[in-house]
Amino acid sequence: MSAIAYAEALVEFEPVIGLETHVELGTASKMFCGCATEFGAEPNTQTCPVCLGLPGALPVVNETAIESTIRIGLALHCDIASWCRFARKNYFYPDMPKNFQTSQYDEPLCTDGYLDVTVDGQVVRIPIERVHLEEDTGKSLHVGGATGRIHGASHSLVDYNRAGIPLVEIVTKPVTGTGAMPAEVAKAYVTELRDVLRGLGVSDVKMEQGSMRCDVNVSLNKPGAEWGTRSETKNVNSLRSVERAVRSEVERQAFRLRAGERIVQETRHFHEDTGMSTSGRSKEEATDYRYFPEPDLVPIAPDPAWVQSLKAALPEAPSVRRRQLVEELGLSVADSEAMVNAGVLDVVLATVAAGAPAAEARNWWLGHLAQSANTAGVDAADLPITPDQVARVVALVAGGTLNAGLARQVVGGVLAGEGSPDEVVAARGLAVVSDVSALTAAVADAIAADPDAAEKVRSGKVAAAGALVGRVMKATRGQADASVVRLLVLEQLGVSGP
Amino acid sequence: MTDLTRLSAVQTREAITSGSASAVEVTQAHLDRIAAVDGLVHAFLHVDAEGALAQAARVDAGELTGPLAGVPLALKDVICQEGIPTTVGSRILEGWRPPYDATVTARLKAAGIVILGKTNMDEFAMGSSTEHSAYGPTHNPWDLTRIPGGSGGGSSAAVASYQAPLAIGTDTGGSIRQPAGVTGTVGVKPTYGGVSRYGLVAFSSSLDQAGPCARTVLDAALLHEVIAGYDPRDSTSINAPVPPVVAAAREASVKGLRIGVVRELQGDGYEPGVTARFEEAVALLREAGAVVSEVSCPHFNYALPAYYLIAPAEASSNLARFDAVRYGLRVGDDGERSLEEVTALTRGQGFGAEVKRRIILGTYALSSGYYDAYYGQAQKVRTLISRDFAAAWSQVDVLVAPTCPTVAFPLGAKLEDPLAMYKQDICSIPANLYGGPAASFPVGLSEGLPVGLQVMAPTMREDLLYQVGGALEVALPPAAPSLDWESK
Repeated sequence: MSAIAYAEALVEFEPVIGLETHVELGTASKMFCGCATEFGAEPNTQTCPVCLGLPGALPVVNETAIESTIRIGLALHCDIASWCRFARKNYFYPDMPKNFQTSQYDEPLCTDGYLDVTVDGQVVRIPIERVHLEEDTGKSLHVGGATGRIHGASHSLVDYNRAGIPLVEIVTKPVTGTGAMPAEVAKAYVTELRDVLRGLGVSDVKMEQGSMRCDVNVSLNKPGAEWGTRSETKNVNSLRSVERAVRSEVERQAFRLRAGERIVQETRHFHEDTGMSTSGRSKEEATDYRYFPEPDLVPIAPDPAWVQSLKAALPEAPSVRRRQLVEELGLSVADSEAMVNAGVLDVVLATVAAGAPAAEARNWWLGHLAQSANTAGVDAADLPITPDQVARVVALVAGGTLNAGLARQVVGGVLAGEGSPDEVVAARGLAVVSDVSALTAAVADAIAADPDAAEKVRSGKVAAAGALVGRVMKATRGQADASVVRLLVLEQLGVSGP
Repeated sequence: MTDLTRLSAVQTREAITSGSASAVEVTQAHLDRIAAVDGLVHAFLHVDAEGALAQAARVDAGELTGPLAGVPLALKDVICQEGIPTTVGSRILEGWRPPYDATVTARLKAAGIVILGKTNMDEFAMGSSTEHSAYGPTHNPWDLTRIPGGSGGGSSAAVASYQAPLAIGTDTGGSIRQPAGVTGTVGVKPTYGGVSRYGLVAFSSSLDQAGPCARTVLDAALLHEVIAGYDPRDSTSINAPVPPVVAAAREASVKGLRIGVVRELQGDGYEPGVTARFEEAVALLREAGAVVSEVSCPHFNYALPAYYLIAPAEASSNLARFDAVRYGLRVGDDGERSLEEVTALTRGQGFGAEVKRRIILGTYALSSGYYDAYYGQAQKVRTLISRDFAAAWSQVDVLVAPTCPTVAFPLGAKLEDPLAMYKQDICSIPANLYGGPAASFPVGLSEGLPVGLQVMAPTMREDLLYQVGGALEVALPPAAPSLDWESK
């Protein structure tokens, strides 16, 4: 599809976005039974009659999950229900053992909150509609097809380890007024939300492992007109993809609207590889979930005093903590915002904690590593290099073992899986050579190879020494200490240094 | 030598403790009895002779003790027992053996009770005659051509025909009380939340409740005490002490007890013989010192329609899990058909007509656009019925009514008329909607068939039921079936 450009689309149309975020809570046991919740266990080893939905089994609410959900609600400035119930959402799907999901419907635990995010120096308030608690489904693996989707598969395998893991759903109200940057706002929101959740310690919020997942709603309308028909894009599983999903949907819808077509209310599936989405089921044929209050559970009525104590014990908001840290480190507010929106603040801080100067850490994560991440199509924080390793590279430069160019080569080696920075230095033989005896011959060779440059230097044009230094650097694959080489060149040509 | 199968549970335990019979002998006598008569009665779907004898041996070895240790029991097939087939009277669970014990089952085992086997029932406990079992009907021991009530007809028939002195039933709309009524036995539906539902295959989660079936009031009370009490595995379980049911059954007194006769549960539609036995029994209670008055519960008239929205709605969701993916029947999985086709074929063949009728009813009642008019409205009626009960408790201590408007009817008589079948539960349903305890006690015969009197009490006042039941048993010793078919 030849899309019209994002920026261009947003001149003509106003975007309305909405985000539904599912977060698996990091409780030790599942939502309604005592099974373990460890990620990556052998399929179907963390199950019991309850989470397998065996006949006769009954759910019992995990109190820690209720507590975590209330804490999330409080951190998002929500009202906490004094009385609410779970509801059954009825539909058939093989990875859902009871063929209903125990969720919350018209009585969510938390309602009416907000989260502030900063984009381009502007604070945008994202209104939160609700935060509710439900159980996760199992995981289907469709085998024998080309796509991994159910279409074309010869059979499917189901892993119920995930079935019954507590899942919090955080739903925004429609977000208007994002102007020319709905995609940036969406990403900033999910990033900020992730930081809030991480700060609360309620989830490991790993998007790549599915413990945090996003559905993105987008609609466009002409300025002053009513809101357009929205699409819901599912399967958006990285911060980068949140931005890409909104961007591609804005472009797709604008293209359609310009062509005079109407937007279909539908579910779309986002594809990480292409950055595009494809149409899923149409909402117009949506199933009737026949919600009704879950009769196997009693209502939840959090004691107001307990809620108050949870509120009092909330950690500082990440935005506050960030401001303090950034000030302490002597970085600018713009730096802070850039680091937050690139999702690298935590790794920068960890790099500083590992001994690197703040400016160096910032430069690496917003510079070379950000580029590498972009090339690889991942978030910088998800690159296969740790803050400790980055700090080690910084230390090697400071100690003179590496120069800037070599440092980039070492980082490249680490990213390529060649081991720690020290291992890469050793394996690739990348240390800076400043030993005079080792360089003298190389300098003599360079002078012999470029007599014109040598003559110019001899005649007083010292700047021409650069060409000779370059030859030596090239011959030593960048490992020579350039300042030492320069001194040797001048010395051999009988010119005293400047 | 005494016929061990004719003893009450209390007498059985006495025989074991006195050494006049071992638990193994008692168990073997019941297994022999089952072998001899169950071909005609068809109370059991599965008999676990090996497990029963092993449990009895443990009792004889002194490993398990208690007032009912060594006493045999028949378990309704809706309750899970580890490793033992549990079909719920349905084809869809054919061959399924639960990997776990229901809390009720675990408590029975721990009390040394000997589980003989699993009893027949209307499929998924939906019915009042046991004719909706996928495995054929159970016959009433009083007259084999008649129904034993339902859904727990197997449990009551087993008790009435001396195949077991005790049984466990479950009661969603009357499935313990109506079978007790038409088989001349005792059946008690405890307070909702009084007995754990963990391991009870759900029909209607907000109504289902397991309870005791027996031939005597004291036996029922002793069994009640074993199975009742808080269970952290059931969120709706009540965390409070079990009411003093055994003491109440022994006391058997109604002196000064205020008894209310429900005005709305009598008159048209009640067989004259049922009304006559009921009124005589109430007169006996008055003679025994009870203060009897009439109480109006106007919303009881709407109990039946409300029940037939709430119960099917919950059932439509509870029964969704039977999809051929993980356990039970699987039809048409030929490697070509899709999952959806296999699920549809399995449910089509695995569920009987009555179950399908209720799934459809319940699905409709919960549908978007109809919810408020049906399910929502039914919940309001439920509240009004609870208020009727609350108002009654300001005037009386217990309410009484016939258990059922009729005596046992002939097999097949109402199979083609679901509404007539549903009306069997018109007297029992209000207590389920309210959640309070209720029981049926035998009060004589009409045309040779048993009539039951139902007692309803405030929540967690099961003791009052047993007081009334005990007093009735003293004033009106229960009749026993002739079992003349045995010699034919």
